[in-house]
Amino acid sequence: MTHKVLLGPDEFKLTLSRLCYELIENHNSFSDTVIIGIQPRGAYVANRLAKQLKDITQQNITSGTLDITFYRDDFRHQAEPLAAYDTNIDFLIEDKKVVLVDDVLYTGRTIRAAMEALLQFGRPASVELLAFVDRRYSRHLPIQPDYVGRVVDTIQSQKVKVEWVENEGTDHR
Amino acid sequence: MSALSVQHLLGIKDLTVSDIELILSTAKQFKEVLNRPIKRVPSLRDVTIANLFFENSTRTRLSFELAEKRLSADVVNFAASSSSVSKGETLIDTVNNILAMKVDMVVMRHPKPGAGVFLAKHIKAKIVNAGDGAHEHPTQALLDAYSMLEVHGSLKGLKVAIVGDILHSRVALSNIFLLNKMGAEVVVCGPPTLMPKFITSLGVRVEPNLMKALEWCDVANMLRIQLERQDIKYFPSLREYTMLYGLNKERLDSLSKKITIMHPGPINRGIEITSDVADSDQSIILDQVENGVAVRMAVLYLLAGQKNISEA
Repeated sequence: MTHKVLLGPDEFKLTLSRLCYELIENHNSFSDTVIIGIQPRGAYVANRLAKQLKDITQQNITSGTLDITFYRDDFRHQAEPLAAYDTNIDFLIEDKKVVLVDDVLYTGRTIRAAMEALLQFGRPASVELLAFVDRRYSRHLPIQPDYVGRVVDTIQSQKVKVEWVENEGTDHR
Repeated sequence: MSALSVQHLLGIKDLTVSDIELILSTAKQFKEVLNRPIKRVPSLRDVTIANLFFENSTRTRLSFELAEKRLSADVVNFAASSSSVSKGETLIDTVNNILAMKVDMVVMRHPKPGAGVFLAKHIKAKIVNAGDGAHEHPTQALLDAYSMLEVHGSLKGLKVAIVGDILHSRVALSNIFLLNKMGAEVVVCGPPTLMPKFITSLGVRVEPNLMKALEWCDVANMLRIQLERQDIKYFPSLREYTMLYGLNKERLDSLSKKITIMHPGPINRGIEITSDVADSDQSIILDQVENGVAVRMAVLYLLAGQKNISEA
């Protein structure tokens, strides 16, 4: 299989910074905003964003992780059930502005499941979606991101992977 | 990696170490779900589960029913005392009639050992054994293991004493299988009449003296004296049993370390365990009950997730 690097480490950093400033534009003080990363790989994006936002704004950024395994619509359509990850939301999302974060947005099914899972924790004031990579024209559901790191055109057989220092050792794509 | 090696949960004996680890790690995620404001996930929304209880139960039945409902499954309940079983219907007929109404999974408790295994051979549905006679009670052993893990962090090398009516106890047998597989050390303690003859062949040690067993162990699992299964007298009197094998605060406090006290319930207060021990901070009896729901959710989730269920 051939690989193509979409974002090198420098562009990667730049993209993260741009996303931070876009978030600041819309959320200003972050007092009513929470950032929730979708497990497993959206959590890396959320952690990075939260860290960088904290550095830029000098404010506390509330962030957590959400696992959507039990909300997936393909349970019992696959050969075996998927392993679940930790959900870590130790704050109230009632009346908060929630930014859902995932690394790659593809069919939109994960986001549908995430919204269902999220509502179990309360009724947020609003929910926005941040995708580090948007594989456009491949949606199965009417879901679009509010913040996008990088748009890519792909076909079904291709895969997009975001690599993280925390996991793979380098920031890529 | 994330699939069980078995189609049914009939006993701990059939499980591999990675099966057990998978169930316990999945249970951890479900325990988090149970602490949410809305304690329900939609995973099993197209699954129908029948709870068939041919023997009395409160805790296990309630626990299974809650687990099923919190996974969004449809649930039907059946108690043998109020059914056609009393009219002479056979087990296979009863279950096939229930399955004809499109049930995907069966949770069964039965007084006869091996009832689950028998049923699994003859019907097409997933079966979860909720206790079969004096044979196995796998979900109890799994929730015991989960509770021990919560307190002690690891099962490897953990010293567990199982005290009481070993002969009639499916909890003891399932616990022994599980703890052996996970590398824990097990000592069984109880009157010689309630000790199965070849119990040491299961890789456990027999210690007839309660105080020695307690002094040795990290965890003591105090079993109930199952008077309903005892067709003959196995010991002279309950009072004598309590004197020799009952756990009271005085005995507990005289030990050189703090041990964890477990009990599968229902407790006979004042017989195998006194109230002040059962309610002490060393007892995790109510944690066991709480963990039971999460562990049963994990079992049902993992079994239902295997694809061929809808073909059943």
